Amino acid sequence: MDLVTATAQWLADPTHWQGPNGIPARLFEHVALSGGSVLLATLVALPLGLWIGHTGRFSWWVVSSANAWRALPSFAVIGLLVPFTTVIDPNLGFTLYPTVIAMIVLAGPPILVNTYQGIAGVDRDLVEAARAMGMKERQILTGVEIPVALPVLATGMRLAAVQVVATATLGATFGFGGLGRFIVLGDANQDNGELFGGVVLVAALALTTFGLFLLIERRLVSAGLSRGATG
Amino acid sequence: MTGEPLVRWDWVYGHLGAIADRVGQHLYLAAIAIAAGFVISFALAAISIRRRRLYPIVTLLATSAYTIPSFALFAGLVAITGLTTVTAEVPLIMYTIVLYVPNIVAGFDSVPLDVLDAADGMGYTRGERWWRVELPLAVPLVVAGLRLASVSTIGLVTVSAILGDSFGGLGYYILDGYERHFTTEILVGGLLSIALAVIADLGFVLLGRVLTPWAIPRVGPRAARQRVSG
Repeated sequence: MDLVTATAQWLADPTHWQGPNGIPARLFEHVALSGGSVLLATLVALPLGLWIGHTGRFSWWVVSSANAWRALPSFAVIGLLVPFTTVIDPNLGFTLYPTVIAMIVLAGPPILVNTYQGIAGVDRDLVEAARAMGMKERQILTGVEIPVALPVLATGMRLAAVQVVATATLGATFGFGGLGRFIVLGDANQDNGELFGGVVLVAALALTTFGLFLLIERRLVSAGLSRGATG
Repeated sequence: MTGEPLVRWDWVYGHLGAIADRVGQHLYLAAIAIAAGFVISFALAAISIRRRRLYPIVTLLATSAYTIPSFALFAGLVAITGLTTVTAEVPLIMYTIVLYVPNIVAGFDSVPLDVLDAADGMGYTRGERWWRVELPLAVPLVVAGLRLASVSTIGLVTVSAILGDSFGGLGYYILDGYERHFTTEILVGGLLSIALAVIADLGFVLLGRVLTPWAIPRVGPRAARQRVSG
């Protein structure tokens, strides 16, 4: 009970909702870092996944390395990057850079794998029919393969976004701000209200991200596919 | 970090015993979660297969649990369960469920109905059919779940270092090295934890081969084409 009261009190305190260390500022940092990382990862992974899925080239590489990427724990990646990024910039290299790079490494694989699987999983008869109708390769990709694969692509984006929002919390251990800061400070000051306030905020943001992407996914399913048509 | 070599091998040689202890702790924390998570997930998957309507609910709950950051869970649980092994294990076990359950369910779903009919026709009882037909045919996807869960858990064990010096396995070296600006320690912790994950992954691949001697390894374009046409 004490825990709940302390958390509610910390969250309700108006002084925690203002200034550069307040909840809105930390929330903004968290969202900006996560959004930026997912965007950068998408710019690389999405076109690559589309190309591999459409041409089938290097598909063995995507399939076999999909699991290997998981072996790179973000905690270790951030730590391993620090010695190198500090050479470039002693300050940001100790805080921001390793976190951002680790988040890009985290977000890339699910986007790449889902994009590839989505495109490669499109019924080949459908693609052949499009080709027979005289569609160019680019038209097949944008007019047939992407619309059919869109739900799978969106799932990849959701996996990436949720994982990044959740894992960006780790950045606080490595000097970057974000909502994880409250957890680190609450832990250091033995302030359970602040610690759990941070836990609640991070969990809420991650679940909100999850829900938002789920809503977008529902909207993206092409009308022809959602009518229960089976392939 | 000024003018020092990237890796101070003398430190590594001087701490071989301690490093071995951390590797042991890392494997211990990971093994409990991989095993306990498997048992819980198998039960959840069995329920989901019998009662199809429950499957989306199980999936949604498991996905939601996976969404909560490990960092927040570890830190938050300390205030409730104190600094015990339970504090480290609860999040680790929770995260494995979302990786196991879909694979186990898909594994049993992949057993062709013809094969089940054939088994019934041969006079197998329900129990025999499950043990001698369904389970062996589900093995490849179950092993795929084990690979995912073990790799992910071994990585997440490092995060439990934030609980304190007596946790984290190799993650201890990552955090301590960062705080002390000591690159050697970070490299030892990071690279060894990645190595453990890769070894576990290969181990389960091997286990899958041993358990399914009849299966031809399906890698390459032919496997992809088979999946599309099937």
